[in-house]
Amino acid sequence: MTAGIDLGQPQAQSVRSDEDVVRVRQLVRAVAVAVKLSLVDQTKVVTAASELARNTLVYGGGGSVEVTVVDNGRRKGVQIVFADSGPGIADLDLAMTDGYTSGGGLGLGLSGSRRLVDEFQIETSTETGTRITVTKWSR
Amino acid sequence: MALSTEESGRLAALLSGQDERVTTRWTEIVTSSLRGRLSQAELRRQVQDLHRAIITTGEQGTIDLSAESAGELRAALSELSRGRARQGFSATETTVSIFALKDVLAELVQETGGPNALQDFVAFSKLVDEMGLFTFESFVRTRESLIADQAEQLLELSTPVVKLWEGVVAVPLVGTLDSARAQVVMERLLQTLVDTSSPYAIIDITGVPAVDTQVAQHILKTVVAARLMGADCIISGIRPQIAQTIVALGIEFGDIATKASLADALRHVLRLNGVETARRQPRRDA
Amino acid sequence: MERVPILKIGDILLVSIQLDMSDQTAVALQEDLAERIVATGCHGVIIDITALDIVDSFVGRMLSTIASISKVLDAETVVVGMRPAVAITLVELGLSLNGIRTALNVERGMELIAAAHADELDYQLDDDPDAETARP
Repeated sequence: MTAGIDLGQPQAQSVRSDEDVVRVRQLVRAVAVAVKLSLVDQTKVVTAASELARNTLVYGGGGSVEVTVVDNGRRKGVQIVFADSGPGIADLDLAMTDGYTSGGGLGLGLSGSRRLVDEFQIETSTETGTRITVTKWSR
Repeated sequence: MALSTEESGRLAALLSGQDERVTTRWTEIVTSSLRGRLSQAELRRQVQDLHRAIITTGEQGTIDLSAESAGELRAALSELSRGRARQGFSATETTVSIFALKDVLAELVQETGGPNALQDFVAFSKLVDEMGLFTFESFVRTRESLIADQAEQLLELSTPVVKLWEGVVAVPLVGTLDSARAQVVMERLLQTLVDTSSPYAIIDITGVPAVDTQVAQHILKTVVAARLMGADCIISGIRPQIAQTIVALGIEFGDIATKASLADALRHVLRLNGVETARRQPRRDA
Repeated sequence: MERVPILKIGDILLVSIQLDMSDQTAVALQEDLAERIVATGCHGVIIDITALDIVDSFVGRMLSTIASISKVLDAETVVVGMRPAVAITLVELGLSLNGIRTALNVERGMELIAAAHADELDYQLDDDPDAETARP
């Protein structure tokens, strides 16, 4: 599945099950390789994607992931958007704290993934759910 | 700055009319400026490529270096400048290959004469100037990427990871450590642990004049990463100033082993491995 | 759902994770291993993650849990073959894998288990020096 990726187009993957989280990882890896991220950076962005996709599934009740190649003129990068229409995050500051968890995890998903990427934006509301955008640039 | 259709046509006609003579003369001028550092045959081939590219472009209508139709000409120019930059020629030696065309054209225009001679020559000159500038720019771009490549190679060279003993590798760090270099060093160190199956690594910072918070963090993270992989790191050669900085910055070295010198560090590792205390069974739970 | 095979080599259970595991597969491995430790009476578990190109917090937690469970069942767990990029990422993520012993490769992992086991035998002899003579 990784061979026929059209990098000009955003790649979408719905997140409804465990297997979808695996697919998100594979998709992000394929794009990260295509934009020539270093091995360590590939590993970081795939790990972050895995954490965030699992959050989308577990806390957001499922949703979708979109992977895009971005270019700021000097460097290329991978941008990933995780969107769900779940209950939203009530206390964002608390949720971003290392070790805090509302769902029995290790509490590293949000705070940890933020450290693994270059840009991290989060929009959340109790009506429309949560939308997280992360970007990793090549060096 | 583009040549009109008529001018382009005349230029193409002028160049193709006596093509053997044009390329020979052109090659001659370039050869004398390069003083034999490139073979006559190679220069001739380059000149012929350019010559052909100008004619093809000219025959299609207006010659405008920035237009789509001049793609072949641009490609020929960039190939020439890339080649020169790689072979270590100066900017002058590179652009002279283009400016030599002016002399050739001057001779040709003088011979043919005609009512438009002066006007044509001015227009042709402008085109040659433009080609020269384009060549210069692509020459600079190539040089910049060469410098970037060399900087990267230097980074690789400046971070040797050496095997000290069976199962013990060391990185002697020398010079200022910035964040980028610290990262490269650490990744290489970890990879060497895997490649050589060495459970011990010594990071020797005797040659490092200063350490800032970021670099100290990098070293600490490497030690933790090595532990995750099943290897232990020892830091040796901490200078007094660096020790002061580390304490002043409030960086916790925690339970990481530090030794005064590389020799002490090696002795420490060998003892852990039971090399000196041969009576004991080797224990690796340190 | 795919399952990760568990091999028995002498006194050691060897798990070589070769696929990108879904969370369910990881949980199943945890359960399978506990059963196999009890069924075989092995004292060592080696989990080889050479083939894993990432370890996220879920897999990290699974490794910690396996280590704790096996400890309760009197078996030592060693995680081997973690790639440098994975280790660097785990450090950045903030996952320390507390309580897990690690080794560079399967061979070193086996040495570690053998050493731990030898120590245990030593202790037993130290604790009870007359064990052999006292036995009828």
